[in-house]
Amino acid sequence: MYYNFLKILKEGLTNNNGWKKTWQNPQVKKKYNVIIIGGGGHGLATAFYLAKEFNVKNIAVLEKNWIGGGNVGRNTTIIRSNYMLNENEAFYEFSLKLWESLEKQINYNAMVSQRGVLNIFHSDAQKDSFIRRGNSMIINGADAELYDVQKIKSIYPFLDYENARFPIKGGLFQKRGGTVRHDAVAWGYAHAADKLGVDIIQNCEVNNFKFKSGACIGVETNKGLIEANKVGCAVAGSTSLLLSKADMTLPIESHVLQAFVSESIKPIIPGVITFGAGHFYISQSDKGGLVFGGDIDGYNSYAQRGNLDTLEDVCESGLALMPAISKARLLRMWGGIMDMSMDGSPIIDRTHIKGLYMNAGWCYGGFKATPASGWCFAHLIAKDYSHKLSENFKLDRFKNGYMIDEKGQGAQPNLH
Amino acid sequence: MNEFIYYGDASLLKRPKWDNKNAEDKFYKYLYLRKNIAGIHKELWFHQQGDRSWLIVTRNTKNHEIIRVELATEVVKGLDK
Repeated sequence: MYYNFLKILKEGLTNNNGWKKTWQNPQVKKKYNVIIIGGGGHGLATAFYLAKEFNVKNIAVLEKNWIGGGNVGRNTTIIRSNYMLNENEAFYEFSLKLWESLEKQINYNAMVSQRGVLNIFHSDAQKDSFIRRGNSMIINGADAELYDVQKIKSIYPFLDYENARFPIKGGLFQKRGGTVRHDAVAWGYAHAADKLGVDIIQNCEVNNFKFKSGACIGVETNKGLIEANKVGCAVAGSTSLLLSKADMTLPIESHVLQAFVSESIKPIIPGVITFGAGHFYISQSDKGGLVFGGDIDGYNSYAQRGNLDTLEDVCESGLALMPAISKARLLRMWGGIMDMSMDGSPIIDRTHIKGLYMNAGWCYGGFKATPASGWCFAHLIAKDYSHKLSENFKLDRFKNGYMIDEKGQGAQPNLH
Repeated sequence: MNEFIYYGDASLLKRPKWDNKNAEDKFYKYLYLRKNIAGIHKELWFHQQGDRSWLIVTRNTKNHEIIRVELATEVVKGLDK
């Protein structure tokens, strides 16, 4: 074990001179068993579980910028497993279980904080649908509780309960949900993967695939040709661009999702709250900033920044729920590029090309899925067949009519 | 609530005919697959809170710059010729 109490004590007494690099900057080898394209949460988790759980040796993660610079560092850090459809719920519950043991697994403090996620409802009809979802969660082994108004008032007295348009009628609460320090997820997986011998290559952009007799045998990068027996893509919003090099057209649109942080204020929000009458979710970071977000901007984008009309819409939803935040000043905002799939659910699958695998379509739910996504993708790459929990996340489900459409929105990616 | 709302890739104007050969496959591609271009993108917008016209907007998805706006009805007339 590298990080532990005695080590911190020793370093504290010796001027912190003994810390080594958390991960190395290795020379690129000519050939690997497995190359993972994308050094974000999902890519690094995949590499870690490949090495740890599936005993694969000689793995590289190729990242075009620096690791953790994409969506894993551009989200609102929420973890939860409160889906309704069986195909999703079992998978996300597995993910939440992995979050619970993550820090021991990777020997890294990711500040996993199960502070509870509360989904507020505002009408009797919405209450019925939330109860149904809660039951679906419980059937799949997750936890869910129904909170009445009194209970919510005791935790969050400052919400607008008497709002004429959207009165608060109660909430669906998942106690095991919460937040995780998102950057530390990328760093922690990188740290743990590195310790297992995974090569993490930063500033290495993949420009093309190398094919030989119909199989993918490597990638062309700005550091030259790197060969591999298997190549896995975990590049979120860039999936369509990357896989267009393999002549694939995907059921994905790339959209920008913004997140916002206010100035630091005293502790006011102990957990995560979501507004049921609009799209708004909020929590408070340990530094005190209110971390919140809402809908995607709604049009195709690769810009990694959004526009102000979405900010206005998000803040209006926020004010309808908790008027007090009108006093808080906005400090930071950023955008990440989401791979919005046509049914709002992910794709973890082989492609039609031998040796080429894809992990995409996370829409704006990718962060909470990181451990399970990595685990299931590693399973697929190592064993060449899907993990039981991701066997429904097939690319051909759109052709065969087995869509997993949690919200029933149809093939309209900006509504998922 | 926005004045204009987005409805996706302008290729949606080219809906396959139901009695086409391979109609099933064509509808699958029409409904689900997108080129998802990074760069100059033609797309459908609806002027919902205005004159309710359908527009084809040519826009750069890398920086959100709007390059051209046309009435969809005019463009479709051109397609039919």
